[in-house]
Amino acid sequence: MGDYFHSVVLSEDSCKGCTHCIKRCPTEAIRVGSGNASIIGERCIDCGECIRVCPYHAQKAVTDDLEDIKKYKYRIALVPPALHGQFDTNVGLGKILKAVEMLGFDEVFDISPYCDIASAIIKKHYLQGEKITRPAIYSDCPVIIRIIQLRYPDLLENVIPMVSPMEIAARLIKTDIVERKNFRQGDIGVFCLTPCPARVTSIRVPIGISLLYTDGLISIRKVFAHLSKNLRELQSLERVEGYEFSGRGLKWGTIGGQSHSIGIKNYLAVDGIENVINILEELELGKIRDMEFLEAYACTGGCVGGPLLVENAFVAKTRIKHLAATTPSPKLIGKEKVEKYIETGLFNWTEKIKPKKMVSLDPNIGKAIQKMEKAEEILKKLPGIDCGSCGAPTCRALAEDIVNGRAREVDCIFRLKEIISRMDRG
Amino acid sequence: MSQKDMVSLNYRVNAEDFAKAGDASSNTKKVLKKLGIPSDITRRAAVVTYEAEMNIIIHSNGGEIIVNIDTTKIQIIARDYGPGIPDIDKAMQKGYSTASDHVREMGFGAGMGLPNMKRCSDEFEIESKKGEGTTVTSIIHIPD
Repeated sequence: MGDYFHSVVLSEDSCKGCTHCIKRCPTEAIRVGSGNASIIGERCIDCGECIRVCPYHAQKAVTDDLEDIKKYKYRIALVPPALHGQFDTNVGLGKILKAVEMLGFDEVFDISPYCDIASAIIKKHYLQGEKITRPAIYSDCPVIIRIIQLRYPDLLENVIPMVSPMEIAARLIKTDIVERKNFRQGDIGVFCLTPCPARVTSIRVPIGISLLYTDGLISIRKVFAHLSKNLRELQSLERVEGYEFSGRGLKWGTIGGQSHSIGIKNYLAVDGIENVINILEELELGKIRDMEFLEAYACTGGCVGGPLLVENAFVAKTRIKHLAATTPSPKLIGKEKVEKYIETGLFNWTEKIKPKKMVSLDPNIGKAIQKMEKAEEILKKLPGIDCGSCGAPTCRALAEDIVNGRAREVDCIFRLKEIISRMDRG
Repeated sequence: MSQKDMVSLNYRVNAEDFAKAGDASSNTKKVLKKLGIPSDITRRAAVVTYEAEMNIIIHSNGGEIIVNIDTTKIQIIARDYGPGIPDIDKAMQKGYSTASDHVREMGFGAGMGLPNMKRCSDEFEIESKKGEGTTVTSIIHIPD
């Protein structure tokens, strides 16, 4: 699919052609026709809202399987903070990492200490002086960067050009293992457990970087049963030691946690894709002038609300808060080390992000104007109740599809009824 | 294409109707994006529309905003039914505002509205008659 790889896909067998997903999609990227939904590639931002809302579980995420890890001689697993919210807090973080290791990995690392590295770099480098237009935006949520690139390209200058904590971890760990174990880089496979499909897109079609150290992503939902079984086997143990955590870094799994661990007072923390879109709209208009930092997540609650998780987002959020408060945090790295990382460019984006052109009615402005005039005429004849029966999310979307030859006026059942009754009257 | 091809948007804006504040500008922005207008031009037009909307809501007895878009330009006309601006030069000064305390408490009335609109426009004109009303016209060119 070239430019438009997507981790959210549709299984035609399960799709009933209902209208839940078309209504929920924040970029109006889904249409239903001939009893099946289809996704318009260039509009999709992989937020996973359709996966969450589909009553038939027809929208699926493309993730890697545990089988895929066997392609590598040395297998590393990365555990994001969101996983810890999936289990009772009494289980203990060590056991959760051990249970992941038992899936077939040689070594397992918690991402929380690497979130701390990101926090330190943001605090001690990017938020110092005038390096970034304010509010500076950094998000562990790949949907945010994608939607800014697609719909708010002017805001790209607010985005901190640094890879995600997952990728920071992958880079440091892989480099270390090459030295420590004498493996070639290609022998080492780094897999991260993922709460969402957007992260998959972020490594298949990366933004800002061309070389990735993360090799695959495994859906937490897919391995949840296996992990629970492993945890039962570990039940008799008092505790499992040998892994590093940071309470401060764990907060990154919930909304607001990122700003909190960076230690910024004047921040905006926004969750839920609709809310995020509203805030970006206001930012683009220049209405928000007094904020230092914006963290935004497509899912409600932050990563704990990911569509590939099992536990209720609010329960998971409370658990992570508790774990963050009861787990010790090592000191943040100093300014000297931060500047060293910046100099080596290890975590910097290497590619300039090009704004992606949002799909307009026509590439030619003149033709687009003509098409919009036509769409307005058609819209006057449509009922304006946005029922979705035609397969488009709104009457306006149908009118625009009609002018672009993707739909017909009779797709609207109200128009069809009118036309038939007129024929009936002769 | 013929010269008359034009998209025309029309919004009624009521005095003190903060609930609908931002509707005209966000809809205008949506339309411009769908027409494939470059993003910086779109943003400028959205800022002008937003400030015009707020001006009518805060300072006037109500009015309307008309946005005309053709292949060469975006024309934004904000027209209200009074009370008129007594001193236009003063009103164009950054930070000058006649907004009431009540409005300022809501975070508006910083005296940046008209200067902002002018800054974002390629052509800018205010006509005002005391007791009758004010018409602000902004034109933003669309480069080829």
